[in-house]
Amino acid sequence: MSSATEHKLARRIIPCLDVREGQVVKGVRFRNHRVMGDIIELAARYRDEGADELVFYDITASPEGRSVDVDWVRRVSETIDIPFCVAGGIRSVDNAAKVLGQGADKISINTPALENPGLIDELVKAFGSQCVVIGVDSIADGEAYTVRSHTGTPDAMKTPGRETLDWLREVVDRGAGEVVLNCMSADGTRAGYDIEQLGAARRLLPIPLVASGGAGAVEHFIAVFDEADVDAALAATVFHSGQIPIPELKQSLAAAGIEVRPC
Amino acid sequence: MTVAVVNSGGANISSVLHALRRLGAEPAFTDDASVIRDAERVILPGVGAAGRAMQVLNQHGLVEVIRKLQQPVLGICLGMQLLFESSEEDNARMLGLIPGRLTRLHEEAGLRVPHMGWNAISNRKQDSLADPLDGKWFYFVHSYAAPIGDWTLSTSHHGRPFSAIVRWNNFYGAQFHPERSAKAGAELLRGFLETPLT
Repeated sequence: MSSATEHKLARRIIPCLDVREGQVVKGVRFRNHRVMGDIIELAARYRDEGADELVFYDITASPEGRSVDVDWVRRVSETIDIPFCVAGGIRSVDNAAKVLGQGADKISINTPALENPGLIDELVKAFGSQCVVIGVDSIADGEAYTVRSHTGTPDAMKTPGRETLDWLREVVDRGAGEVVLNCMSADGTRAGYDIEQLGAARRLLPIPLVASGGAGAVEHFIAVFDEADVDAALAATVFHSGQIPIPELKQSLAAAGIEVRPC
Repeated sequence: MTVAVVNSGGANISSVLHALRRLGAEPAFTDDASVIRDAERVILPGVGAAGRAMQVLNQHGLVEVIRKLQQPVLGICLGMQLLFESSEEDNARMLGLIPGRLTRLHEEAGLRVPHMGWNAISNRKQDSLADPLDGKWFYFVHSYAAPIGDWTLSTSHHGRPFSAIVRWNNFYGAQFHPERSAKAGAELLRGFLETPLT
């Protein structure tokens, strides 16, 4: 009886908000954080503009060895009616339970997974694959892609000596539900996503892949969906600055034949 | 309107409670059989694995309580799956209110599992709960999916078609997360709370 055309899973547009002490700030990887606004106001703004999902990266929690202050997680969950993921500062099943218990839909871990890969299995067992996102910071290193850890503060960054594609295989085997691949050479350049690296990751990942790093123009989003076949594209600056309004981005994607949820 | 949200374990149930509160409801999150029996609406949420959720319902003595409910009941995501007979996941035996077995969505070329993200639904049957939702987009996160049958009000598609909204007598189910599906999701929850369901 339906006249609706057959749709398929939409590609997702995900603004990433860096949170420090309950405020959204700009510039994770820079020393001077500029306050962008109240976390609830910005979350509500993105919800209204048609963002498909939000990622909150708690930058206070991660480098300082603190766990996430869950009060803002609850306030976000009360306010918005789209899914959101919390990254930064989650090092244990207990941490994760607190964040999920306040209403986050997913948790994302990066450095703690590299330091203790068994944590992925523990989180999957406790909460299911669908809650467990692995964030990977990766750099093109000559012939190979290699991961970086402790990227939250410029002075603390480490090179654990792992090839990115090997690490991705391992996180899938351990049951991760999604990967956010942040291509660090592209990050902050606004010169476009690293299509080559994301394409290499795509070919081996049976789970959803989120592209991160490099978005600067609408064409970059079209390219990353068309050429690297990622499930979602994450960006911060172009959304926060208002340079790319999400409704216009989605119209352009739809016009290019890419399935998106209408705003 | 009294609304009971059944505690079937799982860490992130609070988003369902927040969504109900945004609609003005005051849900009771409970594993108390008498609260569940007396509520005008019952919601069975669920995140995690089928076997574990059935274990929790069994431990709380709620399997028979839920089976015998006469008021409108809405299962959400895993909660919807629990309404069926069995699942390939954990080879779980479930509430058995709706005939059929959940099977895993299989990875194929270009198909990612879990089915995670926004997808549209197509209605298959007339029903006051599903009628306004035809063609709308909802947020899904699941790796197992329900077959299509007489119980199917709406379908969605990920590699194969599956049941997105189901109804069997007074038992309704949504495979997606209405609490995280923006306005369309709120419309489903409001319909469940406010419409005299017939």
